[in-house]
Amino acid sequence: MTFNADFWRFVFGRFTLDALPLHEPILIYTFIGVAVIGIALLGAITYLKAWKYLWTEWFTSVDHKRIGVMYIVLGLVMLLRGFSDAIMMRAQQALAFGHNQGYLPPHHYDQVFTAHGVIMIFFVAMPLVTGLMNFVVPLQIGARDVAFPFLNNFSFWMTVGGAVTVMMSLFVGVFARTGWLAYPPLSGIAYSPDVGVDYYIWALQVAGVGTLLSGVNLIATIIKMRAPGMTLMRMPIFVWTSLCTNVLIVAAFPVLTAVLALLSLDRYVGTNFFTNGFGGNPMMYVNLIWIWGHPEVYILILPAFGVYSEVVSTFCGKRLFGYVSMVYATIVITILAYLVWLHHFFTMGSGASVNSFFGITTMIISIPTGAKIFNWLFTMYRGRIRFELPMMWTLAFMFTFVIGGMTGVMLAVPPSDFVLHNSLFLVAHFHNVIIGGVLFGMFAGITYWFPKAFGFKLDPFWGHMSFWFWVVGFYFAFMPLYVLGLMGVTRRLNHFDDPSLQIWFVIAAFGALLIFIGIISFIVQLVVSFIKREQLRDVTGDPWDGRTLEWSTASPPPAYNFAFTPIIHDHDAWWDMKKRGYTRPIQGFHPIHMPKNTDAGVILAGLSVAIAVGMIWYVWWLAAVSFVSLIVFAIAHTFNYKRDFHIPTEEVVRTEAERTRLLTEGA
Amino acid sequence: MSTSLDIAPAGSEPVSFYVAEEHGHHPENGTLLGFWLYLMSDCLVFAVLFATYAVLGRNYAAGPSGADLFELPTVALNTSMLLLSSITYGFVMLAVEKGKQTPALVWLAITGLFGMAFVGLELSEFAHLIHEGAGPQRSAFLSSFFALVGTHGLHVSVGIIWLITLMVQVKQRGLIPENKRRLMCLSMFWHFLDVVWIGVFSFVYLIGALR
Repeated sequence: MTFNADFWRFVFGRFTLDALPLHEPILIYTFIGVAVIGIALLGAITYLKAWKYLWTEWFTSVDHKRIGVMYIVLGLVMLLRGFSDAIMMRAQQALAFGHNQGYLPPHHYDQVFTAHGVIMIFFVAMPLVTGLMNFVVPLQIGARDVAFPFLNNFSFWMTVGGAVTVMMSLFVGVFARTGWLAYPPLSGIAYSPDVGVDYYIWALQVAGVGTLLSGVNLIATIIKMRAPGMTLMRMPIFVWTSLCTNVLIVAAFPVLTAVLALLSLDRYVGTNFFTNGFGGNPMMYVNLIWIWGHPEVYILILPAFGVYSEVVSTFCGKRLFGYVSMVYATIVITILAYLVWLHHFFTMGSGASVNSFFGITTMIISIPTGAKIFNWLFTMYRGRIRFELPMMWTLAFMFTFVIGGMTGVMLAVPPSDFVLHNSLFLVAHFHNVIIGGVLFGMFAGITYWFPKAFGFKLDPFWGHMSFWFWVVGFYFAFMPLYVLGLMGVTRRLNHFDDPSLQIWFVIAAFGALLIFIGIISFIVQLVVSFIKREQLRDVTGDPWDGRTLEWSTASPPPAYNFAFTPIIHDHDAWWDMKKRGYTRPIQGFHPIHMPKNTDAGVILAGLSVAIAVGMIWYVWWLAAVSFVSLIVFAIAHTFNYKRDFHIPTEEVVRTEAERTRLLTEGA
Repeated sequence: MSTSLDIAPAGSEPVSFYVAEEHGHHPENGTLLGFWLYLMSDCLVFAVLFATYAVLGRNYAAGPSGADLFELPTVALNTSMLLLSSITYGFVMLAVEKGKQTPALVWLAITGLFGMAFVGLELSEFAHLIHEGAGPQRSAFLSSFFALVGTHGLHVSVGIIWLITLMVQVKQRGLIPENKRRLMCLSMFWHFLDVVWIGVFSFVYLIGALR
């Protein structure tokens, strides 16, 4: 029985077997590798009969701590993908000189650098940042969960949905070849007719919903759910930076959603927002996307600043120097984040006065940032510094970030930007601030709060290995790019003619190799720590002699975080409690009101991915059916009014008695 | 009252470090604050669309302009439908405050009908424009016009679906606190769309008809 072409086009849209990369050996091997690891992982889960546990205790959980951990796992897994892209680019650029074309043809290389940027920002940095905030913020403000626990679970699964969509493009079809912000007209249908840009758009739209809602959620949590006595000016700095970051998220991500929607209209409906003809204006897109894009930079860095503040004050055994100035510096950065977007395209030709305005606002941002650096330094001054790993990451950050900040000020000067624009100098600059600022901060945060999440510390030897390989590797990988950029080498090239440049690219590739060893060491660190967990165990819940409320409860904290809601009298609340001889209450427990787990988040996000796939491949029936199912399911979900339960007193008593036992045994 | 089991060092006054009795899980008005934050983010989506219209609104690409296309009487009718629906939603909330379920449902139904009339008029306007060859593909002006007005219309349509859902839920369970909270959220959403429409009406139609 045969069907005509129309029928197949109806069923599969524009998907054909050609879309599978059977002619690309690199992708075939990658696919085989991923498939083997994936099957091994699924097999292991099945063998251990862990599916039910994963589903009931993690995937459907509305516990902010578990969702936070899942976000971080997602970020680390995607880091491996993003880093594979990075090392492929470094290898290609180290090889492809003169007659040697390297191993990545342009159409593949362009996908690799686009995917690298998109994945590192949206699916590595964002999940790590959101994960830390999710885990830490409710504990630091003495709350039992976030304001909207179900929404939190849903947000997480939407982020996963976006990541799944990007990963799908690796093996089915292609990814965008436009660079990570997909400027039109290149990203328009005329120049990018294949599925690449559509993968890009839908991955970001699905993940963007999750990010926006988690922003709303955390703001409401911080505003409404602080423990009694915790005034705004008694909040830990990490909570302050989280609040500002989430304000930025809520005020920036809608712009991304809207501008990508307009680009989709251009591509799907044939409108003329960003086209060359019919009155369209591509520069509209560039302006709008950077009105989101610049605040995004601060969305990533502010929580890292918060981590450094917590770490410095804990490991120096001192109250943070200049708490109030730190808060105001954070707020000023939040506001200025919206006044600098044009510095990303000084060469657009806005004229001298517009460029001067944006150049000056950009330089002004270095003032509050500098104030923060001095606050950390003065906290260390005469402090009793303990060089534990989180503190070392913080020190590496301070050295590295200052360099990145200064090259940033260089780029903020419009005349020098005209020379350095689109060069490897720029690439070196933003890796300098994102790796040296955000990523080091996330590693500091993960090492710092890991014992809180799992009840044992991370192995210090492999931590030091990871630290030194990362830091040294970073300098080897990116300092040569500054040199190359100053010599005028532009970014996003897969081949060079001038052989005198090659040595710098070889050094950069060596740096990438060191970072690779750093990543491997980090994975080894996790495995070794798990194996040695009894030796690394912490029963006190306060392994670093901490200062904020999260260290007052057990590690890992019980589902309800605090058996009694704490009352705060000073900032550094837990330090204050310890100093004034607080004793842990061991009786008088109550049943605790908690939200119920739900599978609605997984289902809604799954349907969203189905819509995305239908839209990307022009499988209209799939998109339509999934869309209708999504609406119906969402409405049906609102008919469920029984969303909470009480943890009975006996269970609270049992949990707290166990902690009492551990504390007395440990003492 | 919170009790203190903890004794501070001798000499200073005793302080309590925890609340001894249990409160509810959800904070007061958490949902309303969250929903209001969502509305502000939605407002930014409209801000982008307004900005796009401001930049592209005169790029006619040798096609029709607003003065050629807009029929102010239709738009006036349309606008009055939406404004009336806002008033009737106000009556819904008055009835909810007094705990009167049937009047609340009746006013909800009337609000929904006004909303549907609005969306219906807008759709017929769109169909008319497309039929005349002034569809969203014709020029950047028309692209930005359809995007802005269409997004508003889409919001109203979602509001209508939500309104019907809430009518069923109020019918099933009465004016329980959860339903009151939901009605309050929809109220904010509905009035917000009204405010946005005032912007669309003045900025797009009134000024557009002039030039």
